[in-house]
Amino acid sequence: MAEQPTEGKPPAAHKPRPPAKPPAAMASTPWEDELTEALRAKFQDRIAEFSAYLGQKFLVAHPDAVAPIIEHLKLEFGFDYLVDITAVDYPERAERFELVYILYSFARNERIRIKTRIKEGQRAASVVGLHPTANWLEREVYDMFGIEFAGHPDLRRILLPEDWTGHPLRKDSSILDMDNRWVKEHLGIESGQ
Amino acid sequence: MPDGTFLDATELVLNMGPQHPSTHGVLRVILKLDGEKVIGTECVIGYLHRGVEKIAENRTYPQFAPYVDRMDYVAAVSNGLGYCLAVEKLLGVEVPPRAQAIRVILTELNRIASHLIWLGTHALDVGAITPLFYCMREREEILNIFEKYCGARLTTHAFRIGGLQYETYDTFESDVRAFCDMFLPKVDEYEELLTGNRIWIGRLRNVGILNAEDCKAYGVTGPLLRAAGVKWDLRKAQPYSGYEQYDFEIPTGTRGDSYDRYLVRIQEMRQSVRIIRQALDGLPGGPIMGKVPKVIKPPVGEVYVSIEAPKGELGYYIVSDGSTQPYRVRVRPPSFVNLQALDKMCRGALVADVVVVIGTIDIVLGEVDR
Repeated sequence: MAEQPTEGKPPAAHKPRPPAKPPAAMASTPWEDELTEALRAKFQDRIAEFSAYLGQKFLVAHPDAVAPIIEHLKLEFGFDYLVDITAVDYPERAERFELVYILYSFARNERIRIKTRIKEGQRAASVVGLHPTANWLEREVYDMFGIEFAGHPDLRRILLPEDWTGHPLRKDSSILDMDNRWVKEHLGIESGQ
Repeated sequence: MPDGTFLDATELVLNMGPQHPSTHGVLRVILKLDGEKVIGTECVIGYLHRGVEKIAENRTYPQFAPYVDRMDYVAAVSNGLGYCLAVEKLLGVEVPPRAQAIRVILTELNRIASHLIWLGTHALDVGAITPLFYCMREREEILNIFEKYCGARLTTHAFRIGGLQYETYDTFESDVRAFCDMFLPKVDEYEELLTGNRIWIGRLRNVGILNAEDCKAYGVTGPLLRAAGVKWDLRKAQPYSGYEQYDFEIPTGTRGDSYDRYLVRIQEMRQSVRIIRQALDGLPGGPIMGKVPKVIKPPVGEVYVSIEAPKGELGYYIVSDGSTQPYRVRVRPPSFVNLQALDKMCRGALVADVVVVIGTIDIVLGEVDR
């Protein structure tokens, strides 16, 4: 599907917030336990960081390592419930998107997040084979951010119409621009907003 | 999908919805049929997509709170609770015990209201008209309590970040107690109508089976997971808002079919009454608002907080960049995730069973589409 995020005007004109500064770092603390040791032994430098913030644990991994980590956690540590997949857009970063996987283990009653950073146009590996629930979740991420998942059985838009242009949850996709474009296309007038 | 159809007939594609009344809103299901048998389904969703997550990025934290009510609008109080808990966690705000207890009372009332809507419409879909009127009658009492408490009946915006805006009204406790006393015998009445009813059992038993393994694979939570025999409820597993103080059971089923889900939800309504009564008995005094700064600016960070909404795990993943507006709000909707298992539950069933399965998942399209 040919997707081009064509905004009518440069987004700066309508940006609701001042140009985003690179956000300050999160005051996270290191996360060390038997789980991090086992993961570090297996994946070594492909996991860049083990941290916790407000008592919630997360790790930052290399994009290629995400699917193997999720598989390893599922098979060896009982993280059998993929709660959610989502993304966050940081347009000023070189690796623009942060993909976030939330995993839960019923046996351990523990929730962890796996984060990875990918560039614009880079494809992430699909985890539908491991967790069927990822099917719609990955479709939604694709729909909203334009991140493609390699190996997804049916990567189409899910919430937006098929002929929609752009990916609305990207930071450079402004609500007013979307509205102006719609009014111009369908009503043939300037929306005046 | 099986290769050949029965008698090598051509596969029939039937469109169901989005205006079909049994799809509970604007769900469109494309059915692939072999005669009367379903050999595949595909959901087409998004008709009610309003871009809630995008709106969040353009509002301040308190400004966004009313929007969450419009996702699962039959359980608006639960939505509000999840959002407030997430922002409070980011801010590090303590909610006073009185506010926590009142939150529990209202949330459990809302759980009953949500289950009543489910029971009434589900029974109506299956052909039993009477339960709908009974359920609406009792739900009205709950909505009256909401209206007296905060002025709104459906999209209540009952909670604020840090606690509550309103103290309870004068007869709140007696009203809620009167509702509890009135409601339990009514649940018995619903059961008299349905539990032993041959048609009800015939339509629901062994329909839409989803076992525990499939539930976990598809991320299905809430009554569907419990009906499959998994004793898992976030109110017990990871208690929030003081749920650890209350004594209640997690009802479970064994077969994971539509009938077990019915039994689980009926039991959950009774358990909710039990929680409400305990919360009323031990209702503490004191303030109803924690120490919240005038301008809500959480420090840079991110948090995922989830609650046991009537339909399953409702989560909020919020990323703060240190400003007054959230950098990103992700809602993990139970209806959306649970609906994905529809295909699994419908394969091999009859067309009429699809209606039962849609009903038994208990979706609200406002939450599926957001």
